[in-house]
Amino acid sequence: MKRLLILGGGTAGTMVANRLVHELDMNEWHITVVDQDEIHYYQPGFLFIPFGTYGKADVMRPKRDFLPREVEVIISEVRLIEPEKNLVHLVKENRTLRYDYLIIATGSRIAPEETPGLMEDEWRKSIFDFYTPDGAVALHRFLRTWQGGRLVVNVAEMPIKCPVAPLEFLFLADAYFHDRGMRDRVEIVYATPLSGAFTKPIASQQLGDLLEQKNIQLITDFNIASVDVDKKAIVSYDDQRVEFDLLVSIPTNMGSEVIARSGMGDDLNFVPTDKHTLKARDYDNIFVLGDATNLPSSKAGSVAHFQVDVFIENFLRYIDGLELLPTFDGHANCFIESGHGKGFLIDFNYDVEPLPGMFPMPGIGPFSLLRESRINHWGKMMFRWVYWHILLKGREMPIPAQMSMAGKWQR
Amino acid sequence: MATKELNVSLDAEGFLTDPNQWTPEIAEAMAEEEGIAPLTERHWKVINWVREEAARTGEFPSLRAISKRSGVDTKELYELFPKGPARKIARCAGYPKPKGCI
Repeated sequence: MKRLLILGGGTAGTMVANRLVHELDMNEWHITVVDQDEIHYYQPGFLFIPFGTYGKADVMRPKRDFLPREVEVIISEVRLIEPEKNLVHLVKENRTLRYDYLIIATGSRIAPEETPGLMEDEWRKSIFDFYTPDGAVALHRFLRTWQGGRLVVNVAEMPIKCPVAPLEFLFLADAYFHDRGMRDRVEIVYATPLSGAFTKPIASQQLGDLLEQKNIQLITDFNIASVDVDKKAIVSYDDQRVEFDLLVSIPTNMGSEVIARSGMGDDLNFVPTDKHTLKARDYDNIFVLGDATNLPSSKAGSVAHFQVDVFIENFLRYIDGLELLPTFDGHANCFIESGHGKGFLIDFNYDVEPLPGMFPMPGIGPFSLLRESRINHWGKMMFRWVYWHILLKGREMPIPAQMSMAGKWQR
Repeated sequence: MATKELNVSLDAEGFLTDPNQWTPEIAEAMAEEEGIAPLTERHWKVINWVREEAARTGEFPSLRAISKRSGVDTKELYELFPKGPARKIARCAGYPKPKGCI
């Protein structure tokens, strides 16, 4: 029996397990998935919790329901990976697992402790995050009785999981306060370390215009050094101060602690990974999928999905002794909620920035790229069903893994 | 001396296109255009570390990596290379503009 070990049963780990049991001969392979948490969270749903659109129960399901019957599932923390010995040590019962191939899909998490002041007295009183279910629920409770004031949304540093989520939060917050008849009592400020609303020029321009239309103040090149808890202000490394009544922080994102403990990560505990083959840079029998990589692609479920497509094909070659093909292109595909029942859709990769057009069928859509529409919003809302029933189960999606230029308008 | 007179190839934003063409004079010229000349021993500590690290790993280090391991912390990086240290360090060290994350 050959042993394949998957660390992490989140979006990437679950998708790859479901695909592998169909592609590999299960009489020859033993697949194990290890995860520390029994609950699978639909992370794109966290964004909607502060505004009461979803509750916590809407984004939670048991992990086991989505993992194939043929794989062994162990709920345990991972203590250490020893890549030179092909061993993984678990906390539970001090077990040690040996592997022939290892897939690291341990994701990324927020690390508010990286910014002094963030997690002190005001944490979850006037400072919130929405990247955890508890943070999103706490923020919802706060917003229900908030009388208004200055709302500051701040991204601590890049990269972050789902780089469009802060913008979506801003747009949804604007709509939420409008609907409650209190928009005139809320000042909305977005302080970002980027030089514009978004990373890519054309999308940055479009989304920046939208911020202006919605009367959201944009502060660029703001790199937070600390929070002045007493005076309720965020302070940058070059001593700019932005005062807040309510701070919604997107803290530093980091890879799993076990990556650091095992000496396998970069400065943010992300695993150095080949951009196009997804093999770990330093190890020949380790692959890295999803948010755990150090790739310059978005940390997002769609990216994990395209990675899994490419990985499966390559892995089947690799175990037969063929070389890996450099087929991953950094493809990402993201809905962006823009409030009032509308949304955007962007489709891009390492080399091509988000462009306007129609998707997935050129000229027909039904989704419009980089333009606001109602159907894009419905796409996003339907996506939760697609996620649980099609995406995680590894069923066919009508979107190719590599990005296509068909349907995009070039300038 | 202006970087245009150095006889090296620059991109549209004034970054060196090939790090192998870099010389200390280029760093000084870039620093002048960035308004941070003359370069001090602390600037050089950062520039030299960054060049070694980039040569070793094949990738330009992040600001976090620089602040953690070059011996110059983030606060001082902002003092030495104000308003966008990553960009200014890359320029002085002769590397292309650091790609923002997607």
